[in-house]
Amino acid sequence: MSTPTLTRAAAPPRRRASLDARMENRDGLTMIAPTALIILVVIVIPIGWNVVLAFQDTSLETIAERGITGSPTFDNIVRVLTASGFWSSLWTTVVYSVAATAGSVAVGLAAALAFRRPFRSRGLLRAFMLLPYVAPVVAVAFVWEMLLNPQYGLVNTWGTSWLGWDEPVDFLGQEPFALLTVIAFEIWRYFPFAFMFLTARLVALPVELEEAARVDGATPSQTFRHVIFPQLVPTIALLCLLRLIMTFNKFDDVYLLTGGTAGTEIAPVRVYDQLTGNLDIGGAAANALVLAVVLALFLTVYMRFFGRKEQDG
Amino acid sequence: MNRLAFETKLWPVLRWLLIATLVVATVFPFYYMVLLSFVPIEQLLQHPERLWVPLENLTTETYREVLRSEEEGGQGFALFMRNSAIVSLACTLLTLLAVIPGAYAVSRLKFKGRQFMGTLFLAVYLFPAIVIAIPLFVGFSRVGLGTSLIGLVLVYIALTVPTSIHMLRSYFETIPVSIDEAAKLDGASRWTTLRTITVPLAMPTIMSTALYIFMIAWNELLFALLFLVTDRDKWTVSLGLSQLSNGIEVSKTVLMAGSVLLTIPVVLLYGLAERALTEGLTAGADKG
Repeated sequence: MSTPTLTRAAAPPRRRASLDARMENRDGLTMIAPTALIILVVIVIPIGWNVVLAFQDTSLETIAERGITGSPTFDNIVRVLTASGFWSSLWTTVVYSVAATAGSVAVGLAAALAFRRPFRSRGLLRAFMLLPYVAPVVAVAFVWEMLLNPQYGLVNTWGTSWLGWDEPVDFLGQEPFALLTVIAFEIWRYFPFAFMFLTARLVALPVELEEAARVDGATPSQTFRHVIFPQLVPTIALLCLLRLIMTFNKFDDVYLLTGGTAGTEIAPVRVYDQLTGNLDIGGAAANALVLAVVLALFLTVYMRFFGRKEQDG
Repeated sequence: MNRLAFETKLWPVLRWLLIATLVVATVFPFYYMVLLSFVPIEQLLQHPERLWVPLENLTTETYREVLRSEEEGGQGFALFMRNSAIVSLACTLLTLLAVIPGAYAVSRLKFKGRQFMGTLFLAVYLFPAIVIAIPLFVGFSRVGLGTSLIGLVLVYIALTVPTSIHMLRSYFETIPVSIDEAAKLDGASRWTTLRTITVPLAMPTIMSTALYIFMIAWNELLFALLFLVTDRDKWTVSLGLSQLSNGIEVSKTVLMAGSVLLTIPVVLLYGLAERALTEGLTAGADKG
């Protein structure tokens, strides 16, 4: 707090300005208050409480009496880190989020480039592209399940009768297909997100550079590599970051498609199972906390890497 | 053929191939969803390979069964849709009420902690929903919001606030400050300015923000699952469909009708406001 500046601002010639500033401060705080309050109650306090729970020995029965007191313990954390499935589920989460992020951004980029120049009914088809992203996940996951069903799914029926598959493939219940399928689903559902952002960015690119490149005899791929792509890098980096965070935390897609079986037990599904299956609140909280810490570490590394790269470039 | 000529031939072909693939990949699942929703399950089991079913084999009984209440031998989706509508509309309205002044404050006014608030709204994104799920699950049960739609609305507001603030704030920043100053000279308070000038100017963006909030609330599953799973009368459509599709009692094509009912409101709204929504969500992306 710098009190001297405050007194100086309140000096007679500027009294009006300081009154204004105070009014502005008051109005600003009032206007932001409802939003801040709800974030505080529903997000900040629960996050804090989660940290407390992670260091407590609690189950659903005891939590009502114990409240947030009770002596802290590292049991939960130790139990989580040494549990048999933990490291493999963490690894699955990393594979899942990295592959789905890379895939969805790549497909989104290709789509944005393909839709870049106008053609008839482009507006309508472009709107279609966003359907997987806006449609309810429960509905689209169910359609995928139906399409991939080993008995009456369209994919397997066609695969066995026309593509010469020996037997139906259990896409959602068999390793390694299950993980590949949930990754494909994630790419399908989220490439529109990248498509949307990259389209907006492409529209804003100055055309002169590309014109110049073309006049100089650059091929389309050279123009892309040396002129368009470098201008998209910041957007792509941001998209990768956003998608990575969101996929890492994603629960419902895998829960709906496989329920975490057949090599798809990602960490959020594991936490959910701990919470609802075993009513192991302490364990679930500790697992969630570890997950958040892993993500934070990962982001720090990512920022370091990209921060340096941007300086180089 | 030199490289330039070759590429000038190749890329248009690949481009159309890609566009065609993408259109099929995005549209086909929805077509299949609608198709199966009118097919009796026996028809599907007999002819699983069909992409088209003769009209005389189609039925609307799937829709009637899925909508009928449980007592009348249906699946009760009419009730689920009512629950979803209540939750989503309440959430949309309340979030807008909180976020419009909030975004205005963040974009226009200097106040203590403004920077901090901006960072906080972004930081909220970093935490896995499952992290807040556990304490909320415990805390809400304690204060009696455990299995209530109100608790769900509260959570959805919090989940949609960060993006909503971002969407509105980006637009508010494009409205010239001189308009606010002129209103102030005329003696209008900040609240009056916000209500009579900023809000009408930003109406298209407000509508697309409303659409975004509605969609998130309508589609959400995790928290509905955690809070409401034990009380069937309070299920949302997403929750109802996910619970029933796990079992084997209900015919799959009846549930397909449920999927269509779940999807239609969102897709209709999206169809009405597609451009506004994309522009709202990607606000600021063109700056790179």
